[in-house]
Amino acid sequence: MNAPTLFGLCAAALVGIGLYGLIVNPRPLRKILAFNLVGTGVFLLFGAIARRGAAVGMDGDPVPQALLITGIVVAFSATALAVALVQRLFDEAGSVTLAPDAPAKAPVEPPDA
Amino acid sequence: MTLALAVDISLALLVLAVAGWIIAVRDTFGAVIGFVAYGLLLALVWVRLAAPDVALTEAAIGGGLTGALLIGAAARLRGTEAAARAEYPGAFTRTLAAVLAVTVAAALAIGVLALPDPAPTLAPAAAAASLATTGVGNPVTAVLLAFRAMDTLLEAIVVLLALLGVWSLAPDRAWGGCPGPRRPVDPDGVLAYLAQLLPPIGIIVGLYIFWIGADLPGGKFQGATILAAMWLLVIWAGLADTPPIGRTWLRVLLVAGPLVFIAIGFAGAITAGAVLAYPEGYAKPLIVAIEIALMPTLVLTLALLVAGAPQRIPPQ
Repeated sequence: MNAPTLFGLCAAALVGIGLYGLIVNPRPLRKILAFNLVGTGVFLLFGAIARRGAAVGMDGDPVPQALLITGIVVAFSATALAVALVQRLFDEAGSVTLAPDAPAKAPVEPPDA
Repeated sequence: MTLALAVDISLALLVLAVAGWIIAVRDTFGAVIGFVAYGLLLALVWVRLAAPDVALTEAAIGGGLTGALLIGAAARLRGTEAAARAEYPGAFTRTLAAVLAVTVAAALAIGVLALPDPAPTLAPAAAAASLATTGVGNPVTAVLLAFRAMDTLLEAIVVLLALLGVWSLAPDRAWGGCPGPRRPVDPDGVLAYLAQLLPPIGIIVGLYIFWIGADLPGGKFQGATILAAMWLLVIWAGLADTPPIGRTWLRVLLVAGPLVFIAIGFAGAITAGAVLAYPEGYAKPLIVAIEIALMPTLVLTLALLVAGAPQRIPPQ
């Protein structure tokens, strides 16, 4: 077995682990973490494919590698937006539950500066 | 089994173990710390996959900035941890989720083992289309700004849209104000000390990684992340405040990068016959111009994404 295949299989397992956590864990922040695990699994799979595409003196195919950099930056932006949404939910509702029948709590006023 | 393969297998097992920890550990704060370690381990994997540019990006953004963002959020939401214990799904849902996860992972694994040989590659096309004509020595930078410049342009705009999304979550009374809480200053604290010691070094390292990206691993995203981290350090130490988002200079700098990119892109339609093409002989100076214009935009956007939504109007 060579490195691309090994890390390709590792990537497949990461997607599985992330998917399980995404479904099972009820806390929004943990869902964001799990979704990031799925994302890195996809990136790693793409990276393994890039490594296999080594040609013309390059150690890997530069096109997927460049797209990976783009992908990592976009994943970070999406995570920041998701965290901001959770934070706003907490500021408004005083809890971050995603349960549809959660008892409504008294809104907590965010601290003023 | 060779030594290199043994290292790769250990690394893969370590990555999987940390991933399992991130999902399984009870405390969200512990999971976030695990995620930072996971990002650094992945950076090692990228080095093993001969992708040093991706490794730098992963360590800086995947581990560093995402880690900082999530640590802050986990600390603020700590009080909600206990209530979530009761919401865990039952054994049936968990089994179903496990079956689904294993099925997806197995399907992907079969796909990995069935990849075509020899592997398809765009390396020769990228080399012919961009490297030879741009004079940029780093193939990944050449792809980012010549062969697939459209992706990079859209990415710069997506990052800006994410920042607008974060800002739009501000309460009405705080619109136009400063993101994040005002940090107290402790002039004798370790944070204030580091915030004075590290930025001069960090700024040089960040600019070097940005500049060297034309020829060696590095580039604007990695360099911008380091500069953003230095700025955030100074903000968190209380030595500087986040700028109010209504400031004109801030908004001008935020749109300047993408606008220069778009302007040079459309100028290519006239001078080189295609949008985002560069006239012969001017490719490298134009690429450098785009990178320099994008740099302040990226530094501000990345740091402000971590800082979050505006929360307070500064005293006049």
